[in-house]
Amino acid sequence: MLPNDQLAILAALPHSFQEAISPHLPEPHALTPCALTTLQLNIGKRCNQSCRHCHVGASPLRTETMSRETMDTCLKVIAEVDEIKTVDITGGAPEMNDNFSYLVKACKNLGKHVIDRCNLTILEEPGYEHFAAFMAEQGVEIMASLPYFRKSYTDRQRGAGVFDKSVRALRKLNGLGYGTTLPLNLIYNPSGMYLSSSQQQLECEFKHHLKQTHGVEFHHLYCLNNLPLDGFLQALLNLDKLTPYMDMLKAAFNPCTLDGLMCRYQLSVSYNGYLYDCDFNQMLDLKIMPTPHIRDFSYDRIINRKITTMNHCFGCTAGSGSSCGGELVK
Amino acid sequence: MKSYYEPDDLQKFSTITRVNKPLGDKYFSYYNSVMKAGALSEREKALIALAVAHALRCPYCIDAYTRICIEKGSDEEQMNEAVHVAAGMAAGITLVHGVQMMNKIDDTII
Repeated sequence: MLPNDQLAILAALPHSFQEAISPHLPEPHALTPCALTTLQLNIGKRCNQSCRHCHVGASPLRTETMSRETMDTCLKVIAEVDEIKTVDITGGAPEMNDNFSYLVKACKNLGKHVIDRCNLTILEEPGYEHFAAFMAEQGVEIMASLPYFRKSYTDRQRGAGVFDKSVRALRKLNGLGYGTTLPLNLIYNPSGMYLSSSQQQLECEFKHHLKQTHGVEFHHLYCLNNLPLDGFLQALLNLDKLTPYMDMLKAAFNPCTLDGLMCRYQLSVSYNGYLYDCDFNQMLDLKIMPTPHIRDFSYDRIINRKITTMNHCFGCTAGSGSSCGGELVK
Repeated sequence: MKSYYEPDDLQKFSTITRVNKPLGDKYFSYYNSVMKAGALSEREKALIALAVAHALRCPYCIDAYTRICIEKGSDEEQMNEAVHVAAGMAAGITLVHGVQMMNKIDDTII
């Protein structure tokens, strides 16, 4: 779906995120940044998978990819801003960007912590098999998507054969020390219109089943809510379930999540260098103002900006909250 | 009353404390303790609850525990097996009474 179409649908809903957060924030009742500790780079929309719930709409057919020049502009900012401790690389399948290795090495040389948001199956694709060893060598943290600890929901959400391939990739990563000495975390999102159970409870289930059945180990499970965007939004519309889903998110609104929202600690950069409060705003093309491009980066203006919110933000504040690092309230 | 079972009534369950509040509160406290993880995980307990919901044919509980089972990490195959356990038990309970019937036959027919 085009960003403008999504924005029109979200704006027409009877829910108001601004009304929900206003009583919990000081004047002028707007979300503002607390720090800039993470720069999240979306280095392309190309992916070897095309998943039903992907808010990016990534697929093998997408061609958008971050150029070396844009990467260098990002690296200049990463080098200059000491407060940025983590570079969070996402996509698409970030490994499919030809300059992925260059970017990882450059960030590590700057002493930054690097996260690769990996779909796992890419590590089994011809031409990409070497990336597991490369990331182990560089000490990259892997945040791997795995919707479920069994084949059923995983293949339904991500395509036939994805679960078996993901398990093979996880075993390969375990063999390199991931899950023990190197950080390997899994990302879970619900397979439909419900909120995930507690992160701790699901982590126990995932650990037990993946270890028992497949001998796979990992560190933590991070639970994300599905935001009503792109493919998931379209699915809700097709089933005439958007309003009940939004009702559920609104009913689960938890003001305790506001302090930890990822948009207050990070900046999201698109493949072509534009700046956004988060990856979700990026998909809606809600650029930050007044400096929407990385080449015009100004720390002072970024840290003093007002974060743009809309009704999709209810997804990050529902229940225990949701962020790129999982739930926000223990 | 349009129907004996209204989906919205499930949300009103807690209002049974309108009278006899101390007893109602004790029930909810007991229920919440029972469903917490112990020797069994929350997911396993939810599957048992789903089977009981089917055995006792409670539409409220089937509605609630289908969702809870999914949230806790069960898939359709596991939930379907739980329902089969309920069905298998119900069938067995019926059949085992056939022994009483046979005892009566053996006592009666000479």
